[in-house]
Amino acid sequence: MVKTSHQQAFAHPTLLLWLIVGWAGFFLLPWYGVEDSIFTFTWMTEGYPTDDDVAPAFFHALGGRKIWLLPLVAFLIGPLFALRRDKSDPLHAKILIICGALGFGWLIAQGFSIGIRGWNFQWMASLFGPLEDRQFGMGTGAMLTASAFLFMLTQGIAGRGAVNGDIFVVGAIGFVVTIVAAFVFYPILNMLASAFVTQEKTYSVTVFFEKFTDRRLWGLGCFEGGRCGAAWNSLILAILVGFLTTALGLAFALVVTRTGFRFKKVLRALTVLPIITPPFVIGLAIILLFGLSGNVTRFVADFLDISATRWVYGMPGVLIAQILAFTPIAFLVLIGVVEGVSPSMEEAAQTLRADKWQTFKTVTLPLMRPGLANAFLLGFIESMADFGNPLVLGGNFDVLSTEIFFAIVGAQYDQGRAAVLAIVLLGFTLAAFWAQRFWLGKKSYTTMTGKGDSGVHPLLPNSLAWPVFVVAGIWTLFTITIYVMIVYGSFVELWGVRNTLTFKHYVTAFSMKLTDGGIHWTGSAWDSFWTTLQIAAIAAPLTAAVGLVTAYLLTRQNFAGKNAFEFGTMLSFAIPGTVIGVSYILAFNVPPIEITGTGIILVVSFIFRNMPVGVRAGIASMSQLDKSLDESSLTLGANSWQTFLNVILPLLKPAILAALVYSFVRAMTAISAVIFLVSAEYNMATSYIIGRVENNDYGLAIAYCTTLIVVMLLAVALLQLLVGRTNIGRRLNQSRTNV
Amino acid sequence: MGRLHQSLLATAAALMVSTSMAQAAKLTFYCSAQEDWCQSMARGFEEATGIDVNMTRKSSGETFAQIKAEEANPKGDVWWGGTGDPHLQAAEEGLTEPYVSNMRGELNDWAISQATSADDKTIGIYSGALGYGFNSDLLASNNLPEPKCWKDLLKPAYKGHVQMANPNSSGTAYTTLATMVQLFGEDGGFDFMKALHKNINQYTKSGSAPIKAAGRGENTIGIVFMHDAVKQAVSGFPIKVVAPCEGTGYEIGSMSIIKGARNLDEAKKFYDWALTADAQSRALDVKAYQVPSNKGAKTSPSAPDLSSIKLIDYDFKKYGSSAERKRLLKKWDDEVSTLPQ
Repeated sequence: MVKTSHQQAFAHPTLLLWLIVGWAGFFLLPWYGVEDSIFTFTWMTEGYPTDDDVAPAFFHALGGRKIWLLPLVAFLIGPLFALRRDKSDPLHAKILIICGALGFGWLIAQGFSIGIRGWNFQWMASLFGPLEDRQFGMGTGAMLTASAFLFMLTQGIAGRGAVNGDIFVVGAIGFVVTIVAAFVFYPILNMLASAFVTQEKTYSVTVFFEKFTDRRLWGLGCFEGGRCGAAWNSLILAILVGFLTTALGLAFALVVTRTGFRFKKVLRALTVLPIITPPFVIGLAIILLFGLSGNVTRFVADFLDISATRWVYGMPGVLIAQILAFTPIAFLVLIGVVEGVSPSMEEAAQTLRADKWQTFKTVTLPLMRPGLANAFLLGFIESMADFGNPLVLGGNFDVLSTEIFFAIVGAQYDQGRAAVLAIVLLGFTLAAFWAQRFWLGKKSYTTMTGKGDSGVHPLLPNSLAWPVFVVAGIWTLFTITIYVMIVYGSFVELWGVRNTLTFKHYVTAFSMKLTDGGIHWTGSAWDSFWTTLQIAAIAAPLTAAVGLVTAYLLTRQNFAGKNAFEFGTMLSFAIPGTVIGVSYILAFNVPPIEITGTGIILVVSFIFRNMPVGVRAGIASMSQLDKSLDESSLTLGANSWQTFLNVILPLLKPAILAALVYSFVRAMTAISAVIFLVSAEYNMATSYIIGRVENNDYGLAIAYCTTLIVVMLLAVALLQLLVGRTNIGRRLNQSRTNV
Repeated sequence: MGRLHQSLLATAAALMVSTSMAQAAKLTFYCSAQEDWCQSMARGFEEATGIDVNMTRKSSGETFAQIKAEEANPKGDVWWGGTGDPHLQAAEEGLTEPYVSNMRGELNDWAISQATSADDKTIGIYSGALGYGFNSDLLASNNLPEPKCWKDLLKPAYKGHVQMANPNSSGTAYTTLATMVQLFGEDGGFDFMKALHKNINQYTKSGSAPIKAAGRGENTIGIVFMHDAVKQAVSGFPIKVVAPCEGTGYEIGSMSIIKGARNLDEAKKFYDWALTADAQSRALDVKAYQVPSNKGAKTSPSAPDLSSIKLIDYDFKKYGSSAERKRLLKKWDDEVSTLPQ
């Protein structure tokens, strides 16, 4: 994206670049997916370029076999005529739009029409006659050509003057919309459609209503001593978790940024702990503390001389576990926001004789609203989609996510019911999303204007500081107890039964031998460990990038369908992993996109599942940055890509860090989506751990979890070091001299 | 970090080498038994035949969901292990391939009857009887008598001490329901479930969860397959296993070849091999206490001896069909689960 201030013929470097990419994809690279990675170049030796498995599209079409690829040539040649024309020439834009749209559309249409068994639709076979040929999943060549068409189209649209003719912004919108459509909308809608499928495989609305009005879903028996429906349970739980995690997250953010609290670093590290803990461990630790035979329950029962109960199973246990697990997310979102509130506003209030409490209540708190709303939304959604904690601690408290899982894998084999439940869950999420929008309204929460932004944040008023300290203290103590127990559990023979100390679980999992040829990884866990690390390391930066670019588009640009687009980006996050897992197999096991059994499907599922956190954190931070910052950058001659890179990105470091950390960690600890996507070659740590737990190897499972926790802590520290801290304004330097 | 980086590269390189060498005969093996048993079967088959095995372990419900989702473009070849119902369901939905192995002569009758009830699309590889286990420490501290029969569990003294899985989510619990219906007749069976409901403290989601909770001291009595209870006892938890006096039902762990398998010949080889006495004796090494279907396979002394347990004549064809299952589950939902406890 070089500056195009001198408009001459051939002055379309971006267009030329994409044309070359498109041509390379069509004429040089294997069109369909090759068995090994494209980068091993083994395809070069397997009969390239004429063998069917590795041939580029051009050779397929040349041989007269796959003639349906031929029209693409026309759309690849067409843009050559646009190259010679000036950007302001309407014909330039027109050619690009026509070639891009038709090329892209044709590529998609042929991909969906012709599959591994010839025609995919009966009516096509009867219309065009039977097809002898077939095609497999698209490969590198098809992908490059498709991107070329896509960016030709966006450049054409930009050329027509959309978004001030900004090639970067239109391209970014086109790109994000396309990948979200391909990897979020397509698989999920595909899966949800099964809510309307009857046993005879025809579509019917009555089937949906029959399953929708189920008593197990909406029953209100809990007011009469019975049980309530899963929908009500989920809703109430999610609202409670949303409120409580936001409140706790805010408390910690305030303690860390606005008090003289000495052990800020410890607290910060502690808040990160639950987020990096594989899901079922917290549940197990809570059972060992509060279960029927738990230490705390026993102690209290003996002390008060009452008989111990199973009180923790049900809503109380799930609530405790979820608050423990999701508060850090609220904290990560809120800390950026709390730091971002400009001290000048607060100083102005204090100058006008407001006391600390008034300042906090009328200035600081309202300015944090976007952060609070986003934190609540994330807590709500996480609670709705959480699967591990309700499974371990739920007792008879049924929630939607576990019901969905067992509708698919349980004794009923009822995918339709799973889809109906998922639709209910999505309905709740949509409602929360709109409630959040309504609460924020159209007010401006901008505080970082780049002008006169100096000063120091005032400390918290005492009346607030003490309660916040107490809450943070209790929580810290609780977290420490849980984690001491987990580490202890990994060193004992059989947790809770034989408490002799041993290293054997670590040896079984992570032993290695030094031989002449180097290190020999003999432990049983290494395979899944390296795979997990690799996939998480690949997925994290991609997730953060996609998330932040999306946030930038949502806060800074206006385009048609923006609200629907924003909700779409939240969709994959709001749906329980099980549904995602199954929908990914249904959608991506068959051409045109055939990626099951590869590492790619894991990376892709992580990107789209965790992207929303990047989006939320990015939106919360960016709505604090004044647009005049962008404008001054643009006025000084930078284009929007440069503005994004040099102005906005550096101010977003907390959001970047949050997105990176979260996506890395989630890729290492996710379970429910992964269960369906792992394969023999790509087995993930969590699926290995679950296998061990099912086999009663608690020690081994916990030892593995402990190792993962340590590895993730190191990774988080490393990321923090790499991304660095932001100096917003001149504040930090000043506060150092002041304090 | 240098070493970490190196080893990452090394694994990456190893992955590439292993995939490019995988041109030889191979088999994609979906396994629904416990992890180490699956590993043992995969490695054993590799040693016996030299065929590369790609093994993926998932629970039987998860594997069924996966095979169904992959129907249009199957990725797996053979599915081994896991309770029989999902295998029967897969046969009913045409997801698996009929195959008659030469090994049938060496098998127990129940393994063959599993095959005939599914038009040869599946076959029995092991079986396990339903029963229950209790935590002897908790039973003693609550001054409760040791239960011996199904009907013992209905005594008011056990209120809040019994756990079973939810038949809607677990195959084990569905087997329990179907067993009671066959043991006491449909009305009697449902009366039993209704009376039991009063004593249940929780319907768990997964089938073996009740006995695991009992092992950790979170529950007193768990209704599960007996081999799951034996496993807890052998692992060192204070669990005692009970074979109910009235007689009991059982499951048949099964094996099926996936329809459209890419390596059909290798899948058949595996099928035959998995039915041999040698392959089935491998269960002993990994502490699996199910009863093997090959008459010549070795069994563990800890395993529940099926000949000493009164087994009912379980009608797998009828109670494994989806119509009967839907009917019973709906009846349980309407008449049992709604009752106050």
